[in-house]
Amino acid sequence: MTAVPDPSATPSSAPASASGGAAAATHATPMVELVDIRVSFGGVHAVDGVSLDLYPGEVMGLVGGNGAGKSTLMRVLSGAQSPDAGEIRINGRRVSIHNPRDARTHGIETIYQTLALADNLDAPANVFLGREKVSGFGTLDDAAMESATRELMERLNPRFKNFKTAVASLSGGQRQSVAIARAIEFNATILIMDEPTAALGPAETAQVRELIRQLKADGIGIFLISHDIHDVFDLSDRISVMHHGEIVGTVKRTDVTTDQVLAMIILGKPPDEVTSEELASLH
Amino acid sequence: MQPRQRRSVGGFSRVIDVDTRLIGLIFGLAVIWIGFNIASDGTFLSARNLWNLSVQSASIAIMATGMVLIIVSRNIDLSVGALLGFTGYTMAMAQTQWIPQGLGLGLDHPLTWVITLAFGLVLGAILGGIQGFVIAYGGVPSFIVTLGGLLVWRGLIFQYAQGQTIAPLDPTFRLLGGGPQGSLGEFGSWALGALACVAIVIGLLYNRRRRASYGFPVRPIWALVLLGAVAITVVLGGVWVANSYPWPGALAAQFAERNNIPIPPGGLVIPTGIAYPVLIMIAVTIVMTHLAERRRFGRNVYAIGGNPVAAVLSGINTRRTVMLTFAVMGILAAVSGAVQTARLNAAVTGLGVQNELDVISAAVIGGTSFSGGIGTIPGAILGAVVMQSLRSGMVLMRVDSPMQDIVVGIVLVAAVGLDALLRRRTT
Ligand SMILES: Nc1ncnc2c1ncn2[C@@H]1O[C@H](COP(=O)(O)OP(=O)(O)OP(=O)(O)O)[C@@H](O)[C@H]1O
Ligand SMILES: [Mg+2]
Repeated sequence: MTAVPDPSATPSSAPASASGGAAAATHATPMVELVDIRVSFGGVHAVDGVSLDLYPGEVMGLVGGNGAGKSTLMRVLSGAQSPDAGEIRINGRRVSIHNPRDARTHGIETIYQTLALADNLDAPANVFLGREKVSGFGTLDDAAMESATRELMERLNPRFKNFKTAVASLSGGQRQSVAIARAIEFNATILIMDEPTAALGPAETAQVRELIRQLKADGIGIFLISHDIHDVFDLSDRISVMHHGEIVGTVKRTDVTTDQVLAMIILGKPPDEVTSEELASLH
Repeated sequence: MQPRQRRSVGGFSRVIDVDTRLIGLIFGLAVIWIGFNIASDGTFLSARNLWNLSVQSASIAIMATGMVLIIVSRNIDLSVGALLGFTGYTMAMAQTQWIPQGLGLGLDHPLTWVITLAFGLVLGAILGGIQGFVIAYGGVPSFIVTLGGLLVWRGLIFQYAQGQTIAPLDPTFRLLGGGPQGSLGEFGSWALGALACVAIVIGLLYNRRRRASYGFPVRPIWALVLLGAVAITVVLGGVWVANSYPWPGALAAQFAERNNIPIPPGGLVIPTGIAYPVLIMIAVTIVMTHLAERRRFGRNVYAIGGNPVAAVLSGINTRRTVMLTFAVMGILAAVSGAVQTARLNAAVTGLGVQNELDVISAAVIGGTSFSGGIGTIPGAILGAVVMQSLRSGMVLMRVDSPMQDIVVGIVLVAAVGLDALLRRRTT
């Protein structure tokens, strides 16, 4: 059990495990570094001095109880929330991300927990929202957008057939597929997935897991937020646990058990500080 | 029985790929027209009345296309009537005083009307844009900003007009208002109709070919032919009606005398054709539909209305987009201002008073929803025609003006209520 509980030590704790190591070995600098990020809403410190990094081809699982600050932290990286303090580095260079457009120019795509779909528009319009394909004379090329969306859906959710109806009339899972399609259409290098499978059925969840493995193999770095601890264990190379706006610890998946991670989430303590009584009391 | 019927209408509209609401609106209009025609012993559907109806609908319909985009993006513009009045009054000043005195061009110089119109449109864009700027970047609700705008623009007219009416206007400018001379004439109208038919056929086929080339489902052949046939019938029918309305006898006689044409027994019949305001309305409809459905700008407007947060997260510049919708609305108010002053051959201080209510009603009857994200340009045009049909029909029936307002008010609420009811049942 070699947990890495000290968040300030994260750069030295670059993943060396078999699954994440291949990519990390050739890229000494992380593709994303969040340094001492702080966000507060009124008196609430939603994110309180968090540092986190991500390497190419790595899946970083981000877990924590409700209100731990996971979404807020990721919204900082995707430009949806400006931080009160802290610094973002992409491939070692300090960048400023003021809005979602800035994030996109750095290859950051986000699947928001709220999905962020325009309910009145159809699936292709949502996938290409803000980046519509246009043909000559600047007219929208709806046929090309529909075609690209159909191709994507073939991979994501082959039973998806509602390409011409407003997404308001789709099921929760279908809507989630649209949100995922939007994030992967544009060849992101950094992908933020905030509960990407929350509304999906078993078959569709399996599809998304497969997709995450593919993207990972392509060298894309992924932040994966999920409340499903098995999902996180299956897919992540490292797992970061948040509690009350702070990082409890960042650990290699191969170094911990699900029980230990659960203990970190619930008790807000790194694994080596958890007593066996506390561990037992969780069951 | 009720549900089955509704389902079959919905299924039908899905197959031919036309909005259910648009079909409902067309049926509603048909009921109004046939009802008034029976009640008026055939006067309502006479060429003369329909031609007048088309001209009377034009100025409200032009502005309603812009109001659709405003309401779709969850805003409102209460200032359009005052903006129309202000730009109309300013254009009248420009052609009667500023251009003749400043540029030395007379009231009948061929450039006068062009400069006047360009000036009016730019002014409309700027004033609308200023309101849009305060709304989008200043964060003041559009209801408040445009209510203020209504008072300011109307106040400005009274301030510098001092109750004066400006008349007469430039003779070429006047043609924008319609009338026998301000119309396309027989040949021009048929030529335009033929052109429109060709465009319809090419458009339908192109669209189908394009979808087929991607392997997407397309309309069945019968639906395509039906749709094309209906569209062509409407176009040619419209031209036929416009051409069936002859110039008034006295005017035709004057014209014959001036051009040394012998007057045949029974009087000279000169078909009027499509009036210029209607032509402007058609052009505005095409441009605005293109903007709304085939441009990024329009797509972004609908996205903002559907989910403002999602629009921002998608990287859409929502502020700029909202500001632009108000600038577009300002331009359209100026277009209608030109049409109305030209039609009156005068600028009066009360120009456009309460037009905002007609414009908003037209958009709403046409299916634009205040919850945002829903509404079409063709729907708004039909909405304007429905409103004007009610008014014109009631005039024919000698219903007095207060009673007309009462009926229009009830129809407005009933139309939106019926729509909400149907929507709740179908979803
Ligand atoms: N826009 C906001 N305004 C005020 N408070 C906010 C806002 N967004 C988040 N918060 C607060 O910040 C804290 C962290 O919220 P956040 O959404 O990041 O949690 P989370 O870890 O994603 O939780 P969950 O697992 O439920 O999604 C919470 O206390 C929340 O109430
Ligand atoms: Mg969250």
